[in-house]
Amino acid sequence: MSKPRKRKSAKTWERVDGRKPDELRPMHIESGVLPNADGSAYIEMGRNKIMVGVYGPREMHPKRLSKPNLGVLRCRYHMAPFSVDPRRSPAPSRRDNEISMVMRDALEPALFLERYPRSVIDVFVEIIQADGGTRCASINAAAVALADAGIPMKDLVSACAVGKYEGRLIVDLGDYEDKKGESDMPVAYMPKFEQVTLLQMEGILSREETEECVTMAIEGCRKVYEIQKEALKKKYAAVREEAAKDAMEAPESGPETGLEETPAKEPQEPPTDEEPQEDDER
Amino acid sequence: MSAKLEERSIVVPGDLIYEGRVRTGDNTYRDRDNVYATKVGLVNYSKDRVSVIALEGGYAPLVGDMVIGTVTDLELGQWLIDIDGPTDAALTVSEATDKPFRTSLDMTQILDVGDLVVAKIVDMDRNRTPLLTILGRELGRVNEGFVIRITPSKIPRLIGKKGSMINMILKETRCNVTIGQNGRILINGRSRADEELVERVIRMVEDEAHTSGLTNRIQEYLKTIKEEKK
Repeated sequence: MSKPRKRKSAKTWERVDGRKPDELRPMHIESGVLPNADGSAYIEMGRNKIMVGVYGPREMHPKRLSKPNLGVLRCRYHMAPFSVDPRRSPAPSRRDNEISMVMRDALEPALFLERYPRSVIDVFVEIIQADGGTRCASINAAAVALADAGIPMKDLVSACAVGKYEGRLIVDLGDYEDKKGESDMPVAYMPKFEQVTLLQMEGILSREETEECVTMAIEGCRKVYEIQKEALKKKYAAVREEAAKDAMEAPESGPETGLEETPAKEPQEPPTDEEPQEDDER
Repeated sequence: MSAKLEERSIVVPGDLIYEGRVRTGDNTYRDRDNVYATKVGLVNYSKDRVSVIALEGGYAPLVGDMVIGTVTDLELGQWLIDIDGPTDAALTVSEATDKPFRTSLDMTQILDVGDLVVAKIVDMDRNRTPLLTILGRELGRVNEGFVIRITPSKIPRLIGKKGSMINMILKETRCNVTIGQNGRILINGRSRADEELVERVIRMVEDEAHTSGLTNRIQEYLKTIKEEKK
């Protein structure tokens, strides 16, 4: 399939699935899909199908793993046995552990973990169907799920891979391109803060190609970011309409009037070290 | 110095909502002179500050909150209470009884593991668990009624403007309802049917929290139910 294409001229060169070099696979994200989780997201990126559930911040068990001054982000990346052909063992592999770790490191800079000392935020990623680039797709879905859980974030995290296939740099590699390609570089990026939070590379790239790859990946991340934003906003389309209506009509009975009325929601005061004394001797 | 979005437009974490120096309210984050949103929510530009009204979020304990929790553990001189927050809360003996603490005191007589308790947060900071008290009116162990949970972010709507919503529900159903800021609600009525009605109404409020004219609609609903009974 790919062999005759190899000899074609630069203009007619096509990727195995007919995409342009800088074209992402069709991507769809849905947020709030798991009612039992505090936040969740489902992503379809090409033929990848991934479900992410977020729990927390909550009390950490076992307690000894918690930190007294910081919250902990725990990620679990797991591929279902039926997600690939042939069947994969459901036990966590070396690769699963690695991806769990890089996901955690990619998402952590976006969170305010110092606000949740001794607590944990759990992110569970389940790969239902894998088709290359699952770590990027998982990060994209996890960022949406974290926002859906209402966990304060500096920014969303978007991820996109760039690789080299048949001597050309291409964005968002599919499974075939990933396996047959010469090189692969997944990048996670915070679009508003313009910070790279994950950069891995496999294979061989020249210095110029590496730089080109990072630029292309960031461009891809920006496209992903738009889709993530859309996914988060879609859930509240109805809320938005109502809120707009309330703002125009009498501000008597909107959702916000109630919220503004509760005085308890002031920003947190700086820490006070005094013990409450007044109730001791009565 | 300018607002970047329309009032009440929907934002996601990282969205720039204000440029320039301004007081920042809830769910916002300042980076130099720019203000960004940290949660999914609706932008609110009030007179002196910029904030985001969160549409999602767990319970963040604050001093003065009334909460409903479960006793999970007994330690020397204190109980640990699960209040659905980021960490468990602590209730010391001195905040639970007027008597001085002695080692001979049987703490289980006051509260035991599994007990449900209405408490108030008296103190906390970011590096310490919230400290509770059960000394005060309407605080202490719960002996009757049952508890339901709703999303903590919907609690202000259930209370309504100056308590308009909850007072209306109390008046129409004649049940006792204690609202914990952590999303747990204790309902105690004369009959099981009354309590179930309250639960149904609270679920309605939760589902339709973002619609206008909700208090009146709920009142109508309660009145029609009453008519049917007659």
